[in-house]
Amino acid sequence: MNTRQQSKLIYSWYGKPLSSDRKLRISQYKGILITSESSKTETCIQLGDFILVEGVNADQPYVAQLMDLYEDGAQHKRAVVQWFCRLEEIPQNKRKLLKREIPAQEVFFDQVLGYDTDIAAETIIKTIMVLPLHLGEELPIVTLNKEQTFYVRQSWDGKCFKVLSPDTFSKLKEANKKRGVITNSSKAFTPSDILTPVKKEMESVVPSATKPKIADMEIESKHSTSKSSLAKERHSQRVANNDSKTPTARKKLELNSPTRSKAKLLGCEVLGLLDDDCDAIAPLEPSAPKRKVKFTGEILGSPPKIPCSNDKSKPTSETAEHRQRSSDTIRLSPYTKVKDFCEKDRNLDEEDDVLLSLVGYQKPSSQMPVLTPRSRRTCAQKTSALIAEQISLLKSHGKLAAEEDFSSGSDSSYSSSSEEEEDDDDDDDVPCTPEKKPKSSKIFSTPKSSRKSAVHTPAKTPKKTPLQGTPRTPRTPRNATPEIPRRVQAAQEPASVLEEARLRLHVSAVPESLPCREEEFQDIYNFVESKLIDGTGGCMYISGVPGTGKTATVHEVIRCLQQAAENEELPPFQFVEINGMKLTDPHQAYVQILEFLTGQKVTATHAAVLLAKLFSTPGPKRKTTVLVVDELDLLWTRKQNVMYNLFDWPTQKHSKLIILAIANTMDLPERIMMNRVASRLGLTRMSFQPYTYKQLQQIVSSRLKGVKAFEEDAVQLVSRKVAALSGDARRCLDICRRATEICELARQKRAPEIVRMAHVTEAIDEMFSSPYVNAIRNASLHEQIFLKAILAEFRRAGVEEATVQQIYHHYVALCRVEGLQSPTVSEIMAICSRLGACRLLLVEASNKYLHMRVRLNLSQDDVMYALKEE
Amino acid sequence: EHRHLLELLKRTTVHGESNSALVIGPRGSGKTALLNHVLKDLREMEQVRENLLENPFLSGLLQTNDKVALKEITRQLQLENVVGDKVFGSFAENLAFLLEALRKGDRSSSCPILFVLDEFDLFVHHKNQTLLYNLFDISQSAQTPVTVIGLTCRQDILELLEKRVKSRFSHRQIYLMNSFDFKQYMKIFKKQLSLPAEFPDESFAQKWNNNVQHLSEDKAVQDVLQNLFQHTKELRSLHLLLMLASSAVTVHHPLLTAADLQEASRQHSTDSKANIVHGLSVLEICLIIAMKHLNEVYDGEPFNFQMVYNEFQKFIQRKAHSMYNFEKPVVMKAFEHLLQLELVQPLERPSARAQREFLLMKLLLDSSQIMDALQVYPNCPTDVKQWAASSLSWL
Repeated sequence: MNTRQQSKLIYSWYGKPLSSDRKLRISQYKGILITSESSKTETCIQLGDFILVEGVNADQPYVAQLMDLYEDGAQHKRAVVQWFCRLEEIPQNKRKLLKREIPAQEVFFDQVLGYDTDIAAETIIKTIMVLPLHLGEELPIVTLNKEQTFYVRQSWDGKCFKVLSPDTFSKLKEANKKRGVITNSSKAFTPSDILTPVKKEMESVVPSATKPKIADMEIESKHSTSKSSLAKERHSQRVANNDSKTPTARKKLELNSPTRSKAKLLGCEVLGLLDDDCDAIAPLEPSAPKRKVKFTGEILGSPPKIPCSNDKSKPTSETAEHRQRSSDTIRLSPYTKVKDFCEKDRNLDEEDDVLLSLVGYQKPSSQMPVLTPRSRRTCAQKTSALIAEQISLLKSHGKLAAEEDFSSGSDSSYSSSSEEEEDDDDDDDVPCTPEKKPKSSKIFSTPKSSRKSAVHTPAKTPKKTPLQGTPRTPRTPRNATPEIPRRVQAAQEPASVLEEARLRLHVSAVPESLPCREEEFQDIYNFVESKLIDGTGGCMYISGVPGTGKTATVHEVIRCLQQAAENEELPPFQFVEINGMKLTDPHQAYVQILEFLTGQKVTATHAAVLLAKLFSTPGPKRKTTVLVVDELDLLWTRKQNVMYNLFDWPTQKHSKLIILAIANTMDLPERIMMNRVASRLGLTRMSFQPYTYKQLQQIVSSRLKGVKAFEEDAVQLVSRKVAALSGDARRCLDICRRATEICELARQKRAPEIVRMAHVTEAIDEMFSSPYVNAIRNASLHEQIFLKAILAEFRRAGVEEATVQQIYHHYVALCRVEGLQSPTVSEIMAICSRLGACRLLLVEASNKYLHMRVRLNLSQDDVMYALKEE
Repeated sequence: EHRHLLELLKRTTVHGESNSALVIGPRGSGKTALLNHVLKDLREMEQVRENLLENPFLSGLLQTNDKVALKEITRQLQLENVVGDKVFGSFAENLAFLLEALRKGDRSSSCPILFVLDEFDLFVHHKNQTLLYNLFDISQSAQTPVTVIGLTCRQDILELLEKRVKSRFSHRQIYLMNSFDFKQYMKIFKKQLSLPAEFPDESFAQKWNNNVQHLSEDKAVQDVLQNLFQHTKELRSLHLLLMLASSAVTVHHPLLTAADLQEASRQHSTDSKANIVHGLSVLEICLIIAMKHLNEVYDGEPFNFQMVYNEFQKFIQRKAHSMYNFEKPVVMKAFEHLLQLELVQPLERPSARAQREFLLMKLLLDSSQIMDALQVYPNCPTDVKQWAASSLSWL
């Protein structure tokens, strides 16, 4: 509830300390009072109540049961709670364990260890209901308060879901029962409200209308005032009568706010209450009309303000008449009708009942505009709109009783509309915006009921309907997993040997084993295994040039370990992988790790704090985490705090964190890391040497096992070539793949079935050829002359840089030699920029025009060679 | 090249094989045209059409950083409906989201995606080359089949890639060169200029095409084209030339002539700066000549206004009868006009402290340009012309 921010709440203890511990200076209490300063309302929360606790997410407060309340030595109010977790708090990957749809109101009895159950009492928001259900049981169809009722079916202990044990089940049930009683007693406990004169109390309500809870309280208390003794008896009766799951207070609240109740009321309960209230009226009626009106107002929401406000603001005979009429209608029509309906429709289903009763009390409110000053008009408009809506709804339901109601309903709406027209003549400035209403409502020096309805109805109609009438704006689940559309046609399976070979040669194809990396594999495996068994933490730094199988080996190790863990040979562990390249910012590493571990999504700084807490505090049930940090060098920041933290955690006693850091350079720790980071990284290093040609050959042939697609020599040629250059296995595979393509292309003419030397050579040439020479040869004549002019100028000046102006002179001379028309400067500039775009030349920014400096991007010899050929 | 690229893309779509390739060629060599053509051919193929190839098209000039590029990819892949109208979160979230999306797929079941990165060289300058790394990484791992095609004109593009990115790139480069000779060039010229068969007015089309044939055999036309061809093999410049020429066609002048082409060629190759000189006043011309002399005397060293003014004064004193002696502020004004026309460029930014007279300048014209411009300058005083030819003749 964001209204929390708007009004200050005061938390105070309820009652005397139950027990206190001198030594620890702790005193326990049985309840806490939450007082809202602005509205002067008090709520009492007692032990065993279910509460909402402020959480990270303002929309989704935590659900918990209050277990203990105490004040510690430093006078801080603390509470001990039993948590319930919502579906959102459960990690994504575990949710599917449930194998069923989870409605929004379902929570899980939380048995995850490690959550702090000791919270500050100030974070408690309000009480709610949590009902235990058996697993098979359906959720009761939308009951009173969607917002405030939750259901528990299963418990959650961090790994799996379990059915509530009968013990906890009964305990929860118990708590609910007890709660019913408590609410009663809490009512008795709020005597101050009852005692305060009604008027004064009303004045205090002013702006709190937006705050449903408090408003409810207020109304509730007033309700009891109005009925004082009689009502009280009834209360207790009702409590006894009703199934006592829900506190009666709440039901009445629903009645007071029409729009709200529309969404939530349980029909039969409403009717039951109405019945009760009608009974209550009977004795009251003759005694004091004012009181009676007020009472109806409480039940029906808006109408009662009419007479009262009229008394004060417009005591004309005319309005008096109106009043008479309206009160008549109030007294007669809605009540009798509602009563009738009750009797008639008892057997109808709930929904209908709700609607009917709603129409019942919408009617009087629609007559309001007759007498009221303008501010009311908007409410009237709204209510009449509501009526229309309901009528249409009713129509669709088309029940027997509905027709009756329809006629009366339409009557009232007619009258109200005609009256609205009258009103229009009176005052043109009709306030249409809801903002204006509170202001205008201040005009009346508020006899209580008018204030209430004025504040109540207008404020609620706009606010509540969108909130509760319609289900909340459909928010997409936070972790919506996107998907690339499926392909229509299945991918073709390789048809020929060459295609098969190509498939296997693709880098993405996962081979069964990684040849030539057995030693490294064993080392890493042993390292991680030993740490796993010991339950300690550690770091390992793995380096090697790109394409030497670092990541592949590590993944292979993890796969083997996971297999071992599944076979119970090793303790289970969690595997988290982050890649420096896939992070947008080094600090995002925290976020990703935390998301992997807990499924939470928080900001980087917060994630860092949480992770530090996670790794530094002992948790007996926590599994070991194996963290693979790929492309470590990209996690470098100026203060290196990301790296520092990463490598600091494993050194903590309870961390149980094993880090495998992968990077390209062997001396990364010495080169870029500060001493304190490097020392934490430790000395467990491993470096992957570039593959030798034999190894490359082995890799290719192992991938091609069983497929006769390559000549032995061809493979060897590729391997030697690549090994001489970089030892990058990826490159090797790519060349082979390209060779198969070339072979395939050639095969269409002749029929060589396997890849031969010629194909491989062609592929190699294609990949390693320098494009420059070719580019120069294909350049236009003048471009070539320009290059020649550059060479001439370089030779003349002895500097490998010249301005266009200098080149231009040579150029003109050359053109004369060739017998060509010498071009203009603009054309020269165009040529120069074209060559610059290809990066045959390096040129300065072009705004210097003739004084632009030019440099060759390749050696002079290359240019000479390329130009001489022709 | 066409076949190579076609094969490559076909494999991606049909077999679900991931690939990456670069199309490299100078500007105007038809890289984009080639790709579009290949895509068109692909779409006509039965197997491919059903697999509905999606292709996000990114241009380095539009997607100036990875964040924008990611958003654009998401939009073009129509993944944002998954996210709903939720305001798309941070860059990090975005990246994770997209990677997640692509990781979900596998070779046999997901729809292949073709990423086209136009102006590939600009993507290289993005921070850490994150986008490229991730795209290439996907193309090298068993995820959703993707093909990354980069279009660039830079020959040295591979040297710009970071080593990790480079290792993941498959080193398939398709070079496009304008390797045709003049005969082919003429053919292109004819093809570009002729009217298609489906032109409504058949007789006119006939006439026009005959004329084009004649033109192509005309010596003057061939000279014009040869000249252009020697300058650049880029087809865009040919288009430009033909555009200029054919805009001369009117109702009364229905057919293109060689003269039109020559005129267009002349327009096409005029020197812009020399053109500006034609519009200058005599005083400004004099200043330019003074600068030219200064350049000769000091061998291209920068000069300032005072030096130019002194040089001009010398000329005036010797030939006072032909020129009106201007006030210094007037000369200054003329000088500033030259500055605005960017015929003169200051070496450093003008600051408030330095006096304008002593700001060092450079002339942005070559002496030959000045002489050429003077030849055609209307009503140029003879004195000035002579002075321009030689500064020393007066001594």
